[in-house]
Amino acid sequence: MTAEASTAGEAGARSPLSGLTGKWWFWAAVIVAVFAIVGLDVWGLDEDAENHKAILSFLGDGLVGFLKAVTEPVALFWLKLGFAIETSMTGLLVGVLYSLVALGFVLIYKASGMFNYSQGVMVLFAALTFVGLTEYGIPVILALVMAVGVMILFAIVVEFLILRHLVNQEQIILFMATIGLAFFLEGFGDTIWGSNVKKIPLDLPSGAMDWLTIGDWNVQVQWLDISAAATGAVMVVALAVFFNKTRIGRALRAVADDHQAALSVGINLRTIWIIVWSVAGIVALFAGIVWGAPSGVQFSLSLIALKALPVLLIGGFESIPGAIVAGLIVGFGEKIAEVSWGDSLGGGIENWFAFMLAMVFLVIRPQGLFGEKIIERV
Amino acid sequence: MIRKLTLVLASVTLVTSAVAVAQTQAQTQYFPVFSYRTGPYAPNGIPSADGIVDYMALLNERDGGVGGVKLVTEECEFGYNTKRGVECYERLKSKGPVIVMPYSTGLTYKLLPSAAKDKVVVLTVGYGRTDASDGRVFPWAFTTPTTYWSQASAFVKYMGAQSGGMKRLKGKKIALIYHNSAYGKEPIPTLQTLAKRLGFKLTLLAVDHPGQEQKATWLKIRRLRPNYILLWGWGVMNQVAIKEAANIGMVKRMIGVWWSGAEQDVAPSPKAAIGYRAGTFHAAGRDFPIFKDIDKYVYGRGKGTNKSSVGQILYNRGMVNAIFATEAMRGAQKKFGVKRVNGDQMRWGMENLNITAARWTAMGLKGFMAPIKNTCADHEGNGPVMIQRWNGKVWKIISKPISPMQNVIRPMIEASAAAFAKKNGITPRKC
Amino acid sequence: MFYREAGQFSTTYSQDQGIWSIKQDKWATFAIIGFAFFIIPLFASPYLLTVLLQLLVGCMAALALNILTGYCGQISLGTAGFMGVGAFAGYKFATGMRVLGGDGGAVTAATELVPMIPAVENIFVAILLAGAVTAAFGILFGLPSLRIKGFYLAVATLAAQFFFQWSFIRFEWLYDYASSSTIQAPRLSLMDGWVLPFKVPWFTWDLQFFWGTVDFTMKVSGPGYADKLHQYLIGLIFVVLFGFIAKNLMRGRIGRSFMAIRDMDIAAELIGIRPLRTKLLAFGISSFMAGIAGAMTLFLYLEALEGAEAFFILDSFLFLFMVIIGGLGSIMGTYLGAAFITLLPIFMVNFLPWAGGLVGMSINTATVEHIQLMVFGGLIIFFLIVEPLGLARLWQISKEKLRQWPFPY
Repeated sequence: MTAEASTAGEAGARSPLSGLTGKWWFWAAVIVAVFAIVGLDVWGLDEDAENHKAILSFLGDGLVGFLKAVTEPVALFWLKLGFAIETSMTGLLVGVLYSLVALGFVLIYKASGMFNYSQGVMVLFAALTFVGLTEYGIPVILALVMAVGVMILFAIVVEFLILRHLVNQEQIILFMATIGLAFFLEGFGDTIWGSNVKKIPLDLPSGAMDWLTIGDWNVQVQWLDISAAATGAVMVVALAVFFNKTRIGRALRAVADDHQAALSVGINLRTIWIIVWSVAGIVALFAGIVWGAPSGVQFSLSLIALKALPVLLIGGFESIPGAIVAGLIVGFGEKIAEVSWGDSLGGGIENWFAFMLAMVFLVIRPQGLFGEKIIERV
Repeated sequence: MIRKLTLVLASVTLVTSAVAVAQTQAQTQYFPVFSYRTGPYAPNGIPSADGIVDYMALLNERDGGVGGVKLVTEECEFGYNTKRGVECYERLKSKGPVIVMPYSTGLTYKLLPSAAKDKVVVLTVGYGRTDASDGRVFPWAFTTPTTYWSQASAFVKYMGAQSGGMKRLKGKKIALIYHNSAYGKEPIPTLQTLAKRLGFKLTLLAVDHPGQEQKATWLKIRRLRPNYILLWGWGVMNQVAIKEAANIGMVKRMIGVWWSGAEQDVAPSPKAAIGYRAGTFHAAGRDFPIFKDIDKYVYGRGKGTNKSSVGQILYNRGMVNAIFATEAMRGAQKKFGVKRVNGDQMRWGMENLNITAARWTAMGLKGFMAPIKNTCADHEGNGPVMIQRWNGKVWKIISKPISPMQNVIRPMIEASAAAFAKKNGITPRKC
Repeated sequence: MFYREAGQFSTTYSQDQGIWSIKQDKWATFAIIGFAFFIIPLFASPYLLTVLLQLLVGCMAALALNILTGYCGQISLGTAGFMGVGAFAGYKFATGMRVLGGDGGAVTAATELVPMIPAVENIFVAILLAGAVTAAFGILFGLPSLRIKGFYLAVATLAAQFFFQWSFIRFEWLYDYASSSTIQAPRLSLMDGWVLPFKVPWFTWDLQFFWGTVDFTMKVSGPGYADKLHQYLIGLIFVVLFGFIAKNLMRGRIGRSFMAIRDMDIAAELIGIRPLRTKLLAFGISSFMAGIAGAMTLFLYLEALEGAEAFFILDSFLFLFMVIIGGLGSIMGTYLGAAFITLLPIFMVNFLPWAGGLVGMSINTATVEHIQLMVFGGLIIFFLIVEPLGLARLWQISKEKLRQWPFPY
């Protein structure tokens, strides 16, 4: 697959519009449209004066209104600097949490070329295990260690039962297998731990900190966000050190570059898989705790995987720094979009806006932010 | 392959339904229970279903059923998914249900027309289609005891009283944070009408499903600084909203819809949520004589579903569902002199449902709920809304029953129902 | 023994390229179609019909996705979104519309300009128009496929899914400004008032002969009005028809160009296949069928629905599962996959309590659901390990075996 991809060259790099501008019929259509509108007005083709006024005002209002609706909220938003700073801060802090979820995807994709659909359910399962254990009276620290143990065990089982049987399969098959895994884990977690909302037993900070005052605006940052982002940042740094400075990390990168070559220099692929899935499990556990802090641990936690997907699009499936930077971009971008344009669009635009943002990014830069030089990813 | 599976499926269905028919003999009444003990809304679905099933079990164990007829309940798990709910309905239909409680807005919309055709009553307690309260257009639908529109108007009344008179609402800022779905949009027309009439400023803030992440919404709230926040959420959206409100110190200004005010919703942050208020139409907790019976007859005999749910708000609301259904059945038995009631009789029973304060007391639920009386035209029963507050441990009712602004709501309901009737070629019956 | 090709020779090139390589396959196909049209209506209960309608919608959606993903190699996670477009387009066509809606549906000077488009009363026309509208949206959202590939494209198509989901709530014009933001299928019938003075067996799908009259009126849509059997037949017509259309399209020039793009787009471009046109064509055809599946959901299956809920993102995933489990690039596999994914959970929900009852255990519904999820997930993994190419490949293998049965050596 990589061999195919590297020969790909610049094939995909043409703008879709460039095809249109060279076509006579495109320009013909534009000219006809312009004449139709002007014609109604100038030559009085439309007998009823009211009607063409209505058309023109409709079109005119539409165009001016559109431009105004797009630009005005953004300008107003930045004019109110204090609020803008708070929004940006919040967006960036949330972005760190998006990165944390996205990291789980990236790790597994790097090591095994698997787009791990079950990452979201792993987040839920890990957090459920941790909280469930504490409900049995096990001390928090011990429960945390045990939850990590369970995730490592899970990695071993996955390797043993699934991964080793699917070596050299196509990516879409691997993807499908992780879907099966997600279904299984969903049922399994609920059977063992029940479906109630569970409170995270940690004494996480709450409330907000008054950070600075700009004009009449008191910029607040929430303690929970700060601590969650700090946890996330520590996690990310630890991972970066792990993968760049340790033997296992180097082995992982070797595997990511070329399975065959890595095997031939004596790297045990299965061990690497187990390690990567374990690390992804631990990342999932932390993601589950920080995401579960406000909402409690419950089923919906598995849906935050959807929030990580635009991050992956922008950052690239294989790049750890990409996931981090892209998380920040998505968090920042969607908050600003929702706060400035959300109201005029009817609110609740965050979900699709993140994907649209990612799509625009991709069309401009198909290899992602920190993607490797190969343009095509198949 | 398809055929094979279909055949196997058909045969299994035949076998199961044959067994069921043998069980549902003349002296039993069959009640399907649409439950969701799994999926994103499981935390809410579990106590709701428990309440229905336990109450029916109580009647069986203590009184030997209703009027000597044993009640048979069967749960069907649909995971709050309309398609699975439809499958449930069709599967259970063969066993002769006379009343269904869909417990989901989407499923209600789907079932309303088909249930009317099958002569099955659709009872939606505190959810569903608001304009179905007009019994002339929707004879088979019952929104007893009250609806979202009524609740929205009751909230406005409450906020008016809190600010010292309805006139004082003029110029006040009220924000509505709603689940971006048919359910969440329900109160908007009412609130907009009232905003125009009373002069408060209404801001609408949509939160997309599932609502795990609401930072932007709460930034907007901080910018707006509203006097009141109305929360129209469901599932994980509630917990997150309450936590966010607590973090910026606005939880005391927030009033939740009755689906946003249960123990589950404050579970992740019980301390931070102190002072959060929500609507309700029945009391919380287990300080009523009936719960002694439930302990004794249901759990004492090992017939219960889930001991930890008993007395929770959603459990009690499940009981309200079961009470309406069984009281209607009781009324129908008396009127028609039958044991087992059919769909038409059940419909009559619901339409003439009249639970007085004395009847509530007799059921061991004194002060649990206001008296309810349905009529042919009014399937809502005009039940009042109460406000409850979370004190860190339990939900306590803090307001007198607030009756909705019927003069505003009823014309809206009738207009909406009439529009529906016109569009679908229904001739409203005379009442 | 029964499944032998001995004595069957292709004498012309077109025979050699036929859909069915041997006669038994042909007979089997027609037997199954005949069974679905004529035998199932004889005994089907409303419950079975509901399940079958769900299956038919699943087949149609999976067929749409398999053309895009299986044949053209473009993974899409927006199927449910496109189905939603089809459902709403079908609704607008079938109930009549003003193209411009003013505030709250009020008629203003600007909206008056465009006359009301009258309601389409024929269900076939309404569904096909819905498909056409969806195809246009599909082509629009297919544009990024020119630059993005593989899982990147899959995730990018989620943009369409989320945007549509949001639109179905946001744009009130779509649901005629109803306060409930739900749509309800209008009453539609076919062959209204066609009556025969005597009965013909089969036409009425019962076994009474000759006495009485035959009313041909088919109540095909409208909650509380429609007849499930008629809805099933209409759905079946669409699925069979588009099954054949898809099969033939994919065998021809268009299908070959799709597969060339899928297998290696650079090489395809070198042999003169234009990637832009081909990919957009695939998106167009696929969304056309997805739109039909969506309109079927509205008219035939759910009848009253809330857009964002009925066409949720997880439905998109389910359709992708159907295609992969069934077999990428196989029409037969599409149907098998759709049947597997749709029927297995329903079968388990019915079967588990019954099996529990046999051993004297009553399993509560939540446990059934959990076991069902686990078995379902486990089976998917099992199938992939045993046969990664899907049910279609399993079917092919079993055919090979069957050919030699009972003397394999």
